[in-house]
Amino acid sequence: MRIALDFWPVLVQWPLLLEGAAWTLGLTAIATLLGSGIGIACAWARAKGPRPLRWAAGVYVELIRNTPFIVQLFFIFFGLPAAGIKLTPLTASILAMTINLGAYATEIIRAGIVATPRGQIEAGESLALSRVQIFFHVVLPPALKRVWPALVSQIIIVMLGSAVCGQISMEELSHAANLIQSRNFRAFEAYILATLVYLGLAVLVRRLLNWVGPRFVFGGRGGA
Amino acid sequence: MVDFTLWDILRNLLLAARWTIVLSLIAFIGGGVMGLVLLVLRLGRNRFADMVIGGYVQLFQGTPLLMQLFLLYFGIALFGVDTSPWVAACMALTLYTSAYLTEIWRGCVEAVPRGQWEASASLALSFGQQLSHIILPQALKIAVPPTVGFLVQVIKGTALASVIGFVELTKAGGMIANATYEPLLVYGFVALIYFAICFPISLVAGSLERKLHVGQR
Repeated sequence: MRIALDFWPVLVQWPLLLEGAAWTLGLTAIATLLGSGIGIACAWARAKGPRPLRWAAGVYVELIRNTPFIVQLFFIFFGLPAAGIKLTPLTASILAMTINLGAYATEIIRAGIVATPRGQIEAGESLALSRVQIFFHVVLPPALKRVWPALVSQIIIVMLGSAVCGQISMEELSHAANLIQSRNFRAFEAYILATLVYLGLAVLVRRLLNWVGPRFVFGGRGGA
Repeated sequence: MVDFTLWDILRNLLLAARWTIVLSLIAFIGGGVMGLVLLVLRLGRNRFADMVIGGYVQLFQGTPLLMQLFLLYFGIALFGVDTSPWVAACMALTLYTSAYLTEIWRGCVEAVPRGQWEASASLALSFGQQLSHIILPQALKIAVPPTVGFLVQVIKGTALASVIGFVELTKAGGMIANATYEPLLVYGFVALIYFAICFPISLVAGSLERKLHVGQR
């Protein structure tokens, strides 16, 4: 038998794919910024915070890391309205991705903080830096540098995971593929193209973050 | 109108969790066997095989699992075979697992010192003998913790099979939430059941990891 693949009807719809890819990137960018913030805060709490905070951050991390992203997303989008919190697909997607990335980022950044040599902190103390100054200027930048590759990988995993957000009608890349195949019934072709776009985005984001990291995140004054 | 008690909801979810576990085991065992074959092919110092398998790993690690599921679900149908969500989910998760495991294990094999290969070669052991008697037993020790850790990722991955209509824990949760109008409660239970399955495995993986590195402290 012959398999007839016809990519043309899908390619004609390229603006939809482009728009979807832009949403996927946008979601990832917001989740990265917010999630890294949560990650830094919780990593501090787990490594240096008072005991109740340490415990709370631990529960958060383990709860998120041991449940599937799709269940977290459905809990937020379908479950929370029952408790009176109504969210649009966009806010629900951002919230779920942020919370998810935050938990993984906590563990990753914590590993970087724990590996800080004791002498660095003592050196900071001897310069009369406050604890906050020591954390942000002495401990954090080299810690981020140490774990940057792991953090970048996790951000990409979250981006690929965001394909699930199409299930709550967030109009990202997988949703665009779904829309295209519902118009022309070229399901396989539509998903192949969308998958290739994801692959390209993954490569692109990795390159971009590897470039951004040393220049804007842990470079310059604090860098070790 | 049928009334669901709390116990009805929980019981049905636990029954559905069986399929999550069955699917995870099929994917993990199938992916493990396939990952091992790919690993041996890759270690055979054949440039071409190394490149192809490297590309295979990149492809599965660089694309969403959801897309892989869709592609297999619609792709098998192109061959004129009538696919069920079962077959598509098992195949997609097996391929996905094999790509990750072969990469994890390759790292473990590379952690075995080069001299071990050379020493065994100097004893005139064949490639198969080198692998089975010298290299793999040593790599196995390092491979256990990350492999157990990856099992958690497979179990969480099976939740995506719900999207192509495979009735496992997540899909069952959605159906029960629609029938009971209690989405918060039902998805809360679903999350807790996943947690109850995955958390012990994470703990085991973590303690194996610590035991392995105990000499390095």
